[in-house]
Amino acid sequence: MSDPRYAVAAVLVAAAVTWGLRALPFAVLTPLRSSRTVQYLSTRIPAGVMVILLAYCLRDLPVTHARSLAPLIALAVTVGLHLWRRNALLSILAGTAVHVTLASTLFAP
Amino acid sequence: MRAALKDSAGAGLAFVPLGLAFGALVTHSGLDWWWAGLSATLAFGGSFEFLLIGMVTAAAPLAAIAASAFMVNVRHVFYALSFPLHRVPGRLGKTYATFALCDEVYALSTAKQARSWSGRRILWLQLLLHLYWAGSAVAGALLGSLIPDGVTGLDFALTAMFTVLALDAVRDLRGDLPTPALALLSALAARLLFPGQMLLAAFALFTAALLARHLVTGRKPTHV
Repeated sequence: MSDPRYAVAAVLVAAAVTWGLRALPFAVLTPLRSSRTVQYLSTRIPAGVMVILLAYCLRDLPVTHARSLAPLIALAVTVGLHLWRRNALLSILAGTAVHVTLASTLFAP
Repeated sequence: MRAALKDSAGAGLAFVPLGLAFGALVTHSGLDWWWAGLSATLAFGGSFEFLLIGMVTAAAPLAAIAASAFMVNVRHVFYALSFPLHRVPGRLGKTYATFALCDEVYALSTAKQARSWSGRRILWLQLLLHLYWAGSAVAGALLGSLIPDGVTGLDFALTAMFTVLALDAVRDLRGDLPTPALALLSALAARLLFPGQMLLAAFALFTAALLARHLVTGRKPTHV
């Protein structure tokens, strides 16, 4: 590693920005909790955020490529298992196992 | 703490392989093993940390790192609206709760079954997830060279986790399907129009769409 001081500074900068984004909105937004609009948003934002983060995880999926079958099959397994058994641990583990198996063998890059 | 151990199991299971992958990537990129632990502990937030590896090995300016951290993590601004910080005891507890407020903690602590969780239980959950992440990052950095190059795809754990969290969160909405539909549309529009800033654009579009919907439907007295 060329300069450890730079690498540490990079982490400190990232940490400060991340913490600021996590902590400061509480000071600004907490008084707004009783607002009807804020309540409307806060009950719906969690589900929307998860949908968006899921879409973000799949953003670079090459849809026309055979290689994208591995994540698509693993996704189907995860969704199917979760709708069936409603066991988060099982769904994540099985989906990941299917993906690692497919991506390392059949659809190896 | 026993309850928090159980709460953290699902996300923890996703954190460990991802943390191992993160640590392995750190040493494979030519950075020292302790850097994986430092980053996992201080800049706790998986998606940006993966990005940070590339920026540090490319010796990106600190200002560029700050700007990227802001863009990737600005979604946390929205978390203050519903994260139950008021239940977390003490100034130190609240400080740590905001410091370790990652996506998974937010998702778990705002879910329907978490409405009865005490602040202590939430703090334990955060500490456990933080430890899983930092521990597996260091382990991955130290063991990284042992993983055969042919084994790939562990990163799908992150996708699987958000799949499960999204399914549960949508179910908690009890038939309010326009909300996930708006979120999906926002994500697709952001992917097409702002591919470089997809997360930020998607969150902004989704919030704007929800506000517009609230303005249109909010006049009905039965609607909350």
